[in-house]
Amino acid sequence: MHGKRSQFLTFMLSVGLAFFYIPLILLMIYSFNESKLVPVWGGWSVRWYEVLLQSEEVWGAVALSLKIAFVNASVATALGMLAGLAMVRFGKFRGRTLFGGMLVAPLVMPEVITGLALLVLFISLKELVGWPDQRGFTTITIAHITFSLAYVAVTVQARLTGMGTTMEEAAADLGAKPFKVLTAITLPRLTPALLSGWLLAFTLSLDDLVIASFVTGPGATTLPILIFSRIRVGLRPDINALATIMILFIAICVTIAAILLFRQQRQDKLNQKFAEGN
Amino acid sequence: MGAIKLDAVDVMTEIPILKYNQNGSSIIQSLMQRIQRHWRAIVIAIPFLWLLLFFLAPFFIVAKISLAELAIASPPFTRMIEWTEGGILTVRIVFDNFRYILSDSLYFDTYVNSLKISVTSTFLCLLLGYPIAYAIVRSGPVARPILLLLIILPFWTSFLLRVYAWMGLLADQGTINNLLIAIGVIDEPIHMLYTEFAVYIGIVYTYMPFMILPLYANMEKLDGSLNEAAADLGSRPTNTFFKVTLPLTTPGIIAGSLLVFIPATGEYVIPDLLGGGNVQMIGRVLFNEFSRNSDWPVAAAVAIVLLVILVVPIIIFQHFQGKAAEAP
Repeated sequence: MHGKRSQFLTFMLSVGLAFFYIPLILLMIYSFNESKLVPVWGGWSVRWYEVLLQSEEVWGAVALSLKIAFVNASVATALGMLAGLAMVRFGKFRGRTLFGGMLVAPLVMPEVITGLALLVLFISLKELVGWPDQRGFTTITIAHITFSLAYVAVTVQARLTGMGTTMEEAAADLGAKPFKVLTAITLPRLTPALLSGWLLAFTLSLDDLVIASFVTGPGATTLPILIFSRIRVGLRPDINALATIMILFIAICVTIAAILLFRQQRQDKLNQKFAEGN
Repeated sequence: MGAIKLDAVDVMTEIPILKYNQNGSSIIQSLMQRIQRHWRAIVIAIPFLWLLLFFLAPFFIVAKISLAELAIASPPFTRMIEWTEGGILTVRIVFDNFRYILSDSLYFDTYVNSLKISVTSTFLCLLLGYPIAYAIVRSGPVARPILLLLIILPFWTSFLLRVYAWMGLLADQGTINNLLIAIGVIDEPIHMLYTEFAVYIGIVYTYMPFMILPLYANMEKLDGSLNEAAADLGSRPTNTFFKVTLPLTTPGIIAGSLLVFIPATGEYVIPDLLGGGNVQMIGRVLFNEFSRNSDWPVAAAVAIVLLVILVVPIIIFQHFQGKAAEAP
């Protein structure tokens, strides 16, 4: 389904890309503005980066957010992998419809609902079993895992469907037990999907404001919570500097992940051709 | 978790009965044996239980709180089931919160306004996103992955920062006004930030990748020979588009539209940062009811009503996702 691209389509594509990137590029340019007033240009300077690097509050928030993102990504990848395997490779099992529904719903559920729901859960749990005794790192991480695992599961499902069962069938024909097939064939071939799922979960966690705001407790300020509290009052040059660092960091991560996935897809197509005997 | 039954469907479905050397079987060995025998049930059970506890159960608690009354206590609501003096079990269910929400025109108008904004934004995303997705599909094999990456990048970039970028553009002293004044188009800045217009821009900007990506995935699978066949039979390109391409991309349109519509209806950050106090959306009301007024029962009732409004779109979305996951 490719070939000619009409002038109208090329025009729309250019408008779309300009719409996507101009705001971000301007945001980054203004981070190098000497002036305290963001939109008033006062010459090039890196002073806001210096302000940023000296702020203990910012460093504390960065550390907390990275810690949450790391634990979240690791647990969500493990759980999402299991969920994806169950959905694609296990055929029918009792509760599959409910399970599939719970895996998809977090993708679209408005954050205010998820956030409120998790908060009341944590409060009820505390009353019932005395845990979690305080809200902060643990509660935010659990909340993030709950929605991140859905994204990982989608990635894993797509990969499992994409790679087909040919290799697994071959291994089984050669006498490998199902558990052996899983560990020797399926999991290694899942690695790129797991890696990109991990990265996705990591960035989703770094990005979340609303759910974290609901389930956090006193003293636990994540990076988005800090940014939000500052930009609610208006534009701030130090936030432009922080934004520039975050955007560049994410751009590098995504590009690496995309290259990994793209390579894998090409390999799949080659394997398929090979299997078909062409 | 022996309750989960596994039906044999694919090659991996057979549960192995491993013959282990029983002599000197340690605890670890028997544990390993158990894991190997029941690994399939374990694989399902771990994420299943996680989602039951942290995703499904909370909604029942929200529903329970929505039927309670505000109380000066911690947590700030009355108990549904209580042992009163003399060992009598009392069950209190109050529908006041729902009556309050449904009778107060403020809430009603806010729900209507949220739906109006999310439906319009979804339509705008479709109108802009469709040609973009189509343009990427029609691009050459070298340009395609690059263009796709360019669309995915903003989707991964912090949502909050993308909204913030528009604050800088739309402010009275912002980039757009400065530019227009500098080139002499206007004398006075146009008031754009903290208006409904800004909220539309924010939603279309941040949710657009959610529209483009499913559309792209759908269009990528289309068979180009259908278009050629239509052309051979004398159909003009516009006609072919409306009679062949558009109907075939309906699944992508539905998936993309729901991915925008459902979360946008409950949006909190965009109306708060770009709409200021001037644009009422239900996500913002819910957040404020909970955080500023600490009225949890009303916040819970607002959430339940929102969920009831969105439950049909969510089910349709699940249906489409399920189909997409099973398609080879």
